[in-house]
Amino acid sequence: MDFSKPTIEYAQLWPMLVVFGVACLGVVVEAFVPRERRYLTQAALAVVGLAVALGGSVWVGTDLKELKGAGDAVARGKLAAEGTLAVDGPSVFIWALVLVFAIGGVLLFAERRLEAGVSAFAGQAAALPGTEAEREASTRGLDHTEVYPLLMFAVGGMMLFPTANDLLTMFVALEVLSLPLYLLCGLARRRRLLSQEAALKYFLLGAFSSGFFLYGVALIYGFAGSMQFADINEAVRNDTSNSALLLIGMGMLAVGLLFKVGAVPFQAWTPDVYQGAPTAVTAFMAACTKIAAFGALLRLFYVAFGADRWDWQPMLWIIAILTMLVGSVLAVVQTDMKRMLAYSSVAHTGFLLTGLLGVQAASALGKDEITSLQAVLFYLATYGPATVGTFAIVTLVRDAGGEAPAFSKWAGLGKRSPLAAGAFAFLLLSMAGIPLTGGFVGKWAVFAVALSAGAWPVVIAAIAASVISVFFYVRVILLMFFAEPDRDAGVESAAVTTPSLLTSATIAVCVAATLFLGVIPGPVLDLAGNAGSFIR
Amino acid sequence: MNDFPILTVLWVVPLLGAIGIAFGPRGVIAKQAALVVSLATLVIGVAAAVQFDRDGSGFQLEETHTWIEAFGVHYALGLDGLGLLLVLLTVALVPIVVLAAWNDSPDDECKPWFAWALALEALSLVVFLATDVFLFYVVFEATLIPAYFLIGGFGRAKRSAAALKFLMFQLGGGLVLLGSVIGLYVVSADEGSPSYLFDDLQQLDISTSAGRWLFAGFFIAFAIKAPLFPVHTWLADTTEQATPPTSVLLVCVLDKIGTFGMLRFCLGLFPEASEWATPLVVVLALVSIVYGAFVAIGQDDILRLIGLTSLSHFGFITLGIFVFTNQGANGSILYMVNHGVATAALFLVAGFVIRRRGTTLISRMGGLEKVTPVAAGLFLVAALATAGLPGLSQFVSEILVLISAFDYRWYVGAIAVTGIVLAAIYALWAYQKMFTGPKDAALDAEVSAGGEGVVDLGRRELAVLAPLMLALVLFGFYPAPLLDVANPFSEQLLEHTGVHDDGPRVPAEAAHDGQSEDH
Repeated sequence: MDFSKPTIEYAQLWPMLVVFGVACLGVVVEAFVPRERRYLTQAALAVVGLAVALGGSVWVGTDLKELKGAGDAVARGKLAAEGTLAVDGPSVFIWALVLVFAIGGVLLFAERRLEAGVSAFAGQAAALPGTEAEREASTRGLDHTEVYPLLMFAVGGMMLFPTANDLLTMFVALEVLSLPLYLLCGLARRRRLLSQEAALKYFLLGAFSSGFFLYGVALIYGFAGSMQFADINEAVRNDTSNSALLLIGMGMLAVGLLFKVGAVPFQAWTPDVYQGAPTAVTAFMAACTKIAAFGALLRLFYVAFGADRWDWQPMLWIIAILTMLVGSVLAVVQTDMKRMLAYSSVAHTGFLLTGLLGVQAASALGKDEITSLQAVLFYLATYGPATVGTFAIVTLVRDAGGEAPAFSKWAGLGKRSPLAAGAFAFLLLSMAGIPLTGGFVGKWAVFAVALSAGAWPVVIAAIAASVISVFFYVRVILLMFFAEPDRDAGVESAAVTTPSLLTSATIAVCVAATLFLGVIPGPVLDLAGNAGSFIR
Repeated sequence: MNDFPILTVLWVVPLLGAIGIAFGPRGVIAKQAALVVSLATLVIGVAAAVQFDRDGSGFQLEETHTWIEAFGVHYALGLDGLGLLLVLLTVALVPIVVLAAWNDSPDDECKPWFAWALALEALSLVVFLATDVFLFYVVFEATLIPAYFLIGGFGRAKRSAAALKFLMFQLGGGLVLLGSVIGLYVVSADEGSPSYLFDDLQQLDISTSAGRWLFAGFFIAFAIKAPLFPVHTWLADTTEQATPPTSVLLVCVLDKIGTFGMLRFCLGLFPEASEWATPLVVVLALVSIVYGAFVAIGQDDILRLIGLTSLSHFGFITLGIFVFTNQGANGSILYMVNHGVATAALFLVAGFVIRRRGTTLISRMGGLEKVTPVAAGLFLVAALATAGLPGLSQFVSEILVLISAFDYRWYVGAIAVTGIVLAAIYALWAYQKMFTGPKDAALDAEVSAGGEGVVDLGRRELAVLAPLMLALVLFGFYPAPLLDVANPFSEQLLEHTGVHDDGPRVPAEAAHDGQSEDH
């Protein structure tokens, strides 16, 4: 048997390789650099690595060659690594988004002023909670600096995920991005049992959903005889004999991916994990995982199963409607800020799915009409800053016991710290989709494509869900600005701790980005539009 | 001078003023600045009105720039007769309201109110100026933020619940409207390149069923805004809890957006659907007229009462819009202005009285006439204006609406007329109970003690009310300037809707000829 050396398109793939390389370098640093210097080394390495990769993504993105896609759709990009990866406009757009919010994540990871000189991560994760070992680790001021390489590996996986052009690569990427996240979730310095429970729950359910995904891969291979999306697409077009295999396989793959984005009925892990994980991890995970997973969902359904739209669109209609309604209704009854944000992120998944199911043939679109891909990409760009920003502000609101996410402690915060409360209110308004914020334009875009594709029942449900979600966002604003802390009940109210520049800069950028996307959405919308469609 | 973007300046000035006040120093300087800014805005508004050509057609002083190309959205402002009147109403009311709110809260805490009030003015002006539906929607929703903080931050004990209720109703309506706004994009994009410009949308060929669905979204949002029965329940709760100057901004400026939207968008974009919906809308308007008046009679809280009278008046305005006659439309436009003036006067006098008596309950006032005769007299004038007394401005608009209602169907007019009778009852009854009769014990005690509650209106308060009273009388006797501005707009609108004025002055043959020319 001949063995020919595979060609790797380094010119297109190097941003991803930089991220993986820095991750490996981080492991080496962990082994050889003295403990007291690790924090600075690791944090700097991660930021520089991500920044270089971001610059690289922009460079790769501007350099992509235009291909003639199917029909009139313009696509630009290149198949790489023997066709297992597709570096095209949408995937590079998602790279950039993931990298931007990952930088925000690293800055939040590196915050040490809030916990009086240590990070928000456990001093020694292996020490049992409440034991002597834990106390010792805490008095010695130990820090887990492994979080930075873990984050880098996760980011690498997130870049690989939407780029994967066959099912196996997609599965590998899914695991690469998930495993570090499971670990990160369990590393909280405070409320460690809650954190470990969250990690275990996330891991068990995540592993279970990976199993579904893998089984789906096998069934689709049985149907199409290939792992490649292009071949699957061919098979879907031409082969009608094995539709049972196709439908079951498609359903299983959908389970795996919908779990990652937290769609109903696979949302149960979201509130527990978002609540238990260290808030910096929640911020990173909530934004970047969703962005990457939507990239993969888009590619899987648009490229591999694009010809079988009529089969999966009804399924997504139902899931989108359920996700929006369940997410927003359950958010109403929460009394914990992180859980409320978790359910709101479930609702946002529903809005994103609304955009995803609004796909139409290029010929059915008007000349200058926005495409569903463009709408979803833009929505992701607005969802990221709002999410990272809100969770970053949650890390600031503290009482004697650390972070204080309970609603009762937020009462009257607007009077004590108008700046932080104002920023939080603004980001919530963006999530609620109030005009002049990024969230509004995003919502407009996904609703428009869904309505254009005739999915008006979904849009009506989305509007109903928006009304419900406005209620719980506005209630928080009411709580912060117009409520008095309930002193009779003995509730100690939380105050905003002044963070270091790292967190304040992250919040400031998120607020600025949200405002910018709301007032001048044109450039980013055009960028998402110029990304073109997926290549095969 | 022609290229000078006066309409942009018109809304940017109060907005910058609001930002400056919000981040500026505390104390008296904040409200002085607010007064100066609002007066400057008034001057700019008048300057724009001077440039406005009353005989011109379509939008004037237009500014159009592309904003979001992918959505076909423009930053486009323009002024027509309807917009001009509402802009003038807004810029005239805000200085009055600023002066009225002068002593509502301590100097140290007054800053946010004035900042939010100016922000609300700025955004409301954009609403009346926008000639791009997307821009309109954006500011339509954005006005809710200052309004929310005005209600939630200032007023009585249950204001935060009232603010939440207000916002939920408004945003609910807003999201329904969003559905229709997006629908317009889809229709527009299907026909070629998408555009949200009002003039482009008017050219669209919208299918009957699509037009009706889109109309429904617009109408529901505007009915909540205006408000009409049965989506009016936020109104009385809000006016009860908010301070009277806030209520003036809400009812006299913000709520006008609802009826403004019906004229501009419902009739302007969906003439067929508007006609189709007329029976239902007329019924809702009649229910609002009669029900609002009845409920107002039963109120013991003067601020709730005034809020509910507005429900009745908005019923009249809506009725005038949907009978599709020239007089009806003119009457409605006039009504918007006159209602703004009369209700503002009523709210503000009531606010001054409440401040003196420390209660909003009508039953706990009484006998005030003898100690504060000026306040009593001015309240009576404002109340009679609300009740449609001839010689005061609201009468003219009411009579125009009623004539066209009788033209439409005699029984519609007959039911609407009862609204005037009921208005006389609630207005006079409220006056009687608040101001006439014997002084009650508390008032007596205060008179003998010479307390604050028995001092008649001061110079500031008179300065607030004088322009309103003047306008009530002036437009009562001489409504021509308003009509001159409103008339070209109504004519164009009705021409566009394709409904011919079959009023009594038009001979049957002429009307018939007019129709055959169209076909």
